[in-house]
Amino acid sequence: MKDSLACEIVVVGAGPAGLAAACTAAGRTRSVAIVDGNTAPGGQIWRGEVRMPGIDRARISQVRLLSDTLVVDCPGDHSLLAVQGDRAVEIRYEKLILATGARERFLPFPGWTLPTVVGTGGLQAIVKGGMRIAGKRVVIAGSGPLLLAVAAYLCRQGARIAMIAEQAPRSAVFRFARTVARSPRKLLQSISLMQSLTGTPYRTGCWPIEAVEGAVTLSRGGKTWSEPCDYLACGFGLVPNTELAALLGCVLQDGFVAVDTCQQTTQPGVFCAGEPTGIGGVEPAIVEGRIAGYCATGRMDEAARLFPERDRGNRFRRALEEAFRLRPELAGLTGPDTIVCRCEDVTFARIAKHGNWRAIKLQTRCGMGPCQGRVCGPAVEFLLGIPPDSVRPPIFPVPVGLLSEDL
Amino acid sequence: MIEILVNGKPVRVAFGTTVAAAILMAGEVVFRRSVRGEARGPLCGIGICFECCVTIDGLPNQRSCQVPCRDGAEVVTAC
Repeated sequence: MKDSLACEIVVVGAGPAGLAAACTAAGRTRSVAIVDGNTAPGGQIWRGEVRMPGIDRARISQVRLLSDTLVVDCPGDHSLLAVQGDRAVEIRYEKLILATGARERFLPFPGWTLPTVVGTGGLQAIVKGGMRIAGKRVVIAGSGPLLLAVAAYLCRQGARIAMIAEQAPRSAVFRFARTVARSPRKLLQSISLMQSLTGTPYRTGCWPIEAVEGAVTLSRGGKTWSEPCDYLACGFGLVPNTELAALLGCVLQDGFVAVDTCQQTTQPGVFCAGEPTGIGGVEPAIVEGRIAGYCATGRMDEAARLFPERDRGNRFRRALEEAFRLRPELAGLTGPDTIVCRCEDVTFARIAKHGNWRAIKLQTRCGMGPCQGRVCGPAVEFLLGIPPDSVRPPIFPVPVGLLSEDL
Repeated sequence: MIEILVNGKPVRVAFGTTVAAAILMAGEVVFRRSVRGEARGPLCGIGICFECCVTIDGLPNQRSCQVPCRDGAEVVTAC
């Protein structure tokens, strides 16, 4: 027998957007649940942190929180199928709020599959999980403000950051810094970041071209050199987790979930907030979560008061996207023998022969391993301009016994 | 502190430590072997890439970055 749960409002994801949405909705109804795949609430950004600025802590206690619970399917109208350990749970809702967050974008280059090459957020998550990084030499490479945040965190944990390599050009990063400086809160964040990174070289227009055991070759302004390191932490911005939205039939636009002014998707009663509607970090996620929470409980007037703040968030998102746009040279790092699909060990040469995802999957098995294309999908899109075209349940691998329970 | 066994070797870790962190602290580098036999370790750290899969208490294909250490747990990585 499956467990089951029914709530008026169900939120998927317990990061900033999901918590803000659930707490806001909890002001109107007692029937609110959050379903989250992690062990504790906070999402990726507040992993292991007690402080969650902008979240009404008192309200969280009124929300039913299902941690370690992965939504894998939407088998019927107003119903989700989730997996919690070795149990299946059917979750019924009247209104659904998707706050599924984002993941890092990884780009393939020679050596990127070595065990000592980790995501930037990935390394941070593992260190937050208890790994000791003190004394280790780390090169941080890729793109976006996350590089700086992770560098500062690892520094505080005693790591030696040999270099931060940002692929974006200096002019774009400076333009972005001026945008950030217009928001007092963001300016303070940046200043404290910079203070913890005093003495750490931050190179713009610089990127990794090859990793080997114990070192990474970096390239900048036509020059290349080898930088010794114990770990290369590498991530090229974030991509939204849109699998569940796509499975529910919500329209995606340029890879993001399309929403109206109420944060409602093209599926009535299904709302979406945070990174899946645009990459911009905590502040836009919280305001969108609150708007979704208000609108899902019929309080449009209260939601409307937050629209100016959301507009500011959207301007920040555009500035972020503009500043850290990936340079086309990065596609040239992937050699014919470079593995693109890590689950099935499929090289670039084998993928590049095909013009669409269906052919790529059928002919090479790229994207058909356990990550279900979450890693190679954004890479293939960047390398070949072929966006992922279909999502099928279950959207996470589950033991087959759980799915066959009803048979 | 709790103690787990990584490939038979005892490792003492703080409560709440993930299995992935404990494996690294045990000095292991290889978590799994890919279909072509390449050494792999954690990439995403958030449970989506499946590169950190190991056997925990006899159960294969467990994402070690998502599982907190349980006192006495036996973890086996690829070699």
